[in-house]
Amino acid sequence: MKLSHSLVLTLPVLSGWATAADLSVKFEIPQLNVAEYHRPYVAMWIERADQSVAANLAVLYDLKKKDNAGAKWLKDMRTWWRKAGRDMTAMDGISGATRAAGEQTMSFGPAKTGFDKLPAGDYKLVVEAARESGGRELVKVPFTWPAKGGKETASAAGKEELGNVALTITP
Amino acid sequence: MTANVTTMKTMKKTVLALILAGVAAGASAHRPWIMPTNNFIEAKEPAVTIDGAISDQLFEFDTNALKMESAMVTDPDGAMAAIPAPTLMRFRSSVDLKLPKDGTYKISMVSLNTMGSWKVNGEMKRFRGTEEAFAREVPAGATDVSRSTTHARIETFVTANKSSMGAFKPTGEGLEMIPLTNPTELRSGETARVRFTLDGKPLANQPFSLIPGTVRYRGVLGELRLVTDAKGEASIKLPAPNQYFLGVSYPNEERKGPPANGSKRYSYTATLAVLPE
Repeated sequence: MKLSHSLVLTLPVLSGWATAADLSVKFEIPQLNVAEYHRPYVAMWIERADQSVAANLAVLYDLKKKDNAGAKWLKDMRTWWRKAGRDMTAMDGISGATRAAGEQTMSFGPAKTGFDKLPAGDYKLVVEAARESGGRELVKVPFTWPAKGGKETASAAGKEELGNVALTITP
Repeated sequence: MTANVTTMKTMKKTVLALILAGVAAGASAHRPWIMPTNNFIEAKEPAVTIDGAISDQLFEFDTNALKMESAMVTDPDGAMAAIPAPTLMRFRSSVDLKLPKDGTYKISMVSLNTMGSWKVNGEMKRFRGTEEAFAREVPAGATDVSRSTTHARIETFVTANKSSMGAFKPTGEGLEMIPLTNPTELRSGETARVRFTLDGKPLANQPFSLIPGTVRYRGVLGELRLVTDAKGEASIKLPAPNQYFLGVSYPNEERKGPPANGSKRYSYTATLAVLPE
């Protein structure tokens, strides 16, 4: 009895903190019927209306290789590499391991990405996937910041290397 | 001097064997291929240049040249001859081929490679190279002798003036494709038939892939995964016009870890052009 009482007290506080500002991306890595399959490298970033990079969210690549050898193929994510990766000296806070085929979710708080500090305007979430001896694809999800009337959701879909990409922003 | 030359030749062969063994075992994403400048030549003195490369993306010259010295040319009557001496460059090798007889020619390159290991005085030795070299290098008294082989065949086809079907007689060795539709007459939207054989026997229920080139200019890969029927044959509804990489490997499962002792793997790949209707 005492336990449930304290839970009731704590929960609103916790959820209030968690929804302070959150940007979450649900993306699908399709199962592919191919002769040679490697998990895709995936980059996510926010692009301004002029197509420049406003914020890097994530770079998923093969972290398990010795001496960070997996970084050699970061350039295969051609668009991300050209716009951001090539000039990066460190990927602290945005690098992560590759994900398996299926639906994946990543959440980004404001502390890490600073997306809540973006000037008001039209933006695009861009997700790029590139697979060794496979293809490469970009999915762009347009959104407006700040969202009018609270929570904003938007989505777009790829053809082959990426399935549905859904963005949820909780201001 | 003679000894040196022999050593050099052996070295070259070993390097090629290493490259092909890696490819055949799926250990590397790099694919070897040979491609004619044109696969249907209508001329008084038909000729073609064949390029060979090992590349990451199809069919870009992005990694290494493919050494083509061991390639063979099968003429429209089925007679085989060695290819003229190719020129080796950094990213590609090339060879000019005259096509004196009218009909379809097959250009093929076969390699048989051995991967192995043995223990001598408690020390593990590893080996990659030809079967003959393996037999020669395993010392007397070696224990834990293990070896596996890969048989890889790479092909392409060209026609001078008038297509024919006389060059496709299988050798009965390794994985082979027998075109039932002329492979230099492929048109998008039409159907082509092929048969695959392993050591001369039909390869039933065998998956294979058709991958279009120019992925660099397109993004998505667009690999088509197909399978043979009970007779080892398949009908291919020909996709959008492009150069295609046809690839088959047997056994079909991707190898995990080092190959088992005595295991044998086979691969067949061909470069085929599909043109608009």
